Amino acid sequence: MEPFTTLNSVAAPLPVADIDTDILFPARFLLITGKDGLGRYAFHDWRFDAEGRELDFVLSRAPWDRARILVTGANFGCGSSREHAPWALHALGIRCVIAPSFGEIFQGNCFKNGMLPITLGSEPHKRLLAEAEAGRALTVDLPAGAIRLADGAAIGFDVPPRQRDSLVNGWDEIDLIRARHADAIRAFQLHQQAVQPWLWTADTQEPNHG
Amino acid sequence: MDAPKPAPRTLYEKLWDAHVVAPLDADSALLHIDRQLLHEVSSPQAFAEIEGKGLAVARPAAHLGLADHAVPTRNRDRPIADPKARAQVALHAENCARHGIDYLSLDDARQGIVHIVGPEQGFTLPGITLVCGDSHTATHGAFGALAFGIGTSECACVLATGVLPQRKARTMAVELRGRLGDGVGAKDVILALIARIGASGAAGHAIEYRGAAVAAMSMEARMTLCNMSIEAGSRTGLIAPDATTLAYVEGRPRAPKGADWTRAAAYWRTLSTDAGAAFDRVETFDVSRLAPMVTWGTSPDQGIAIDAGIPAPATVKDRQALDYMGLTAGQRLAGTPIDAVFIGSCTNSRIEDLRAAAAVVRGRRVAAGVQALVVPGSGLIKRQAEEEGLDRVFTDAGFSWRDAGCSLCVAMNDDRLASGTRCASTSNRNFEGRQGAGARTHLMSPAMAAAAAVTGRIVDVRTLG
Repeated sequence: MEPFTTLNSVAAPLPVADIDTDILFPARFLLITGKDGLGRYAFHDWRFDAEGRELDFVLSRAPWDRARILVTGANFGCGSSREHAPWALHALGIRCVIAPSFGEIFQGNCFKNGMLPITLGSEPHKRLLAEAEAGRALTVDLPAGAIRLADGAAIGFDVPPRQRDSLVNGWDEIDLIRARHADAIRAFQLHQQAVQPWLWTADTQEPNHG
Repeated sequence: MDAPKPAPRTLYEKLWDAHVVAPLDADSALLHIDRQLLHEVSSPQAFAEIEGKGLAVARPAAHLGLADHAVPTRNRDRPIADPKARAQVALHAENCARHGIDYLSLDDARQGIVHIVGPEQGFTLPGITLVCGDSHTATHGAFGALAFGIGTSECACVLATGVLPQRKARTMAVELRGRLGDGVGAKDVILALIARIGASGAAGHAIEYRGAAVAAMSMEARMTLCNMSIEAGSRTGLIAPDATTLAYVEGRPRAPKGADWTRAAAYWRTLSTDAGAAFDRVETFDVSRLAPMVTWGTSPDQGIAIDAGIPAPATVKDRQALDYMGLTAGQRLAGTPIDAVFIGSCTNSRIEDLRAAAAVVRGRRVAAGVQALVVPGSGLIKRQAEEEGLDRVFTDAGFSWRDAGCSLCVAMNDDRLASGTRCASTSNRNFEGRQGAGARTHLMSPAMAAAAAVTGRIVDVRTLG
């Protein structure tokens, strides 16, 4: 995974609550089976009209067309589990989303893709929104747990230590689990086979390809 | 000296404790994942990821593959017309075959929506952890399984390792008291709950539904209730297994048999919240005076009783929603003309849902100009409905009777609504563009959707007689 340490960028203001995953990545584009070229589908129906003409949307306007940070409303990314939503935002250049709260699955998906979702209380969120609207750059410093404003002020934020360490180091979760927990997994499974054997009866059968 | 009495635990805590492989930090642990459902949309990149690492699937028997989101609901004897959908479904079948994972193909009678088929086949069992790259995995919590939706990276992690790092949720009890009135069901309960607590009201919490109204519900109704937990922000909805649960599970193809059954059933009966166990939050809800619910906006929490008026907009979201839906504050939804009706989805496509809709439709006709669709949740439900003659009730009335799939809930196949079309839908999301770009969705129960179909407008099913 691509490591995340510090990020300096203007922040795009999008102060709308409950932006759902169908807005972030409309379902009709989910037939794609890869991860490449998804940027054009991010916020698709808010960015383009039915004929594909560009609409007036914050991420299409300077200076925010270069924004790598998004400051948005509460419950951002609610709805579906589709990881296409963070993949598409990432492809658009967004690496950090700042909101009062997030849809949980989306938030988890961000961490898995080198993106930082920051949850902030009402007052600091308002302040950052004003900075974003003014087109001033922010510096997000993950190791320090702080967002620095153009005037030198800093706003602290919390990220669960496990997610922070993974992001800062760019750790791959599957590799990490295999390296650190293989014995514990085996021990758990042997125990479960003994006490709940009914969960293991299919393991010895040939797969069924209806 | 007596051993210290174990502290009372909630059902969620029992399921959590039973699956901890290793603690990770103060509030998270590596959880063993007993079962994973794989569908064609969220898993291709997961298979690609583990193959890119040169890894095999750790435990093929822990997975079950199906195609449901992208599949057509007509002409199933022919190749899928849309080349992208055809390729996606074919890739899923190949991925499952290559890794020795059970796969139910489109011509298998058992095929259907993952959240319908899992319980039907006994793949879903009480006491297990179950995941799927789909947020409505909360459905399976109706069996007392710790079930939650995950992203594609997590699907890959479960395929490769059989475990997932998870943060422990806070617990929330939803106490459902009283008895539901005629014409009011589980869909109305969950829509009312979401309207009350909000689309992120239960974020960070695992909900346990309890109380007399839950005890009286069938498994089908309980699945409807748990299914939409994510629409209140919670990844997990739970109901403790009871006699109703065991009666549903017993005899299913993958359910334990013989001595295993006896042993499993004894364990499952221990899976309830202990007396004295504390929840972080409790919501109490008397359902006895609940009216049928309908959503007016583009978020599942924008719902009202059929006899209420649309509230005045309080937020940007409300104003945008009214604008998108072509409605005004103060307006009553009853009487609003509709263009389309969809009866289906992992929320409401089970046999009971079809029976409830058919009971309203019987002897009536779909109103002129209304496009009405019934999509059973699985091939087995379709067959059962046909044995009961429900298909004839629908087709005689002018409904289109289809093959199983997600269909117009997510509009990834060719069932899609035109911009501006207003739909009475039994599905779970009324998001902008969900049933087609610009389409307008009103969520409601199967009985209410059936009533809308035969009158051509949103109507209180209780007034139809």
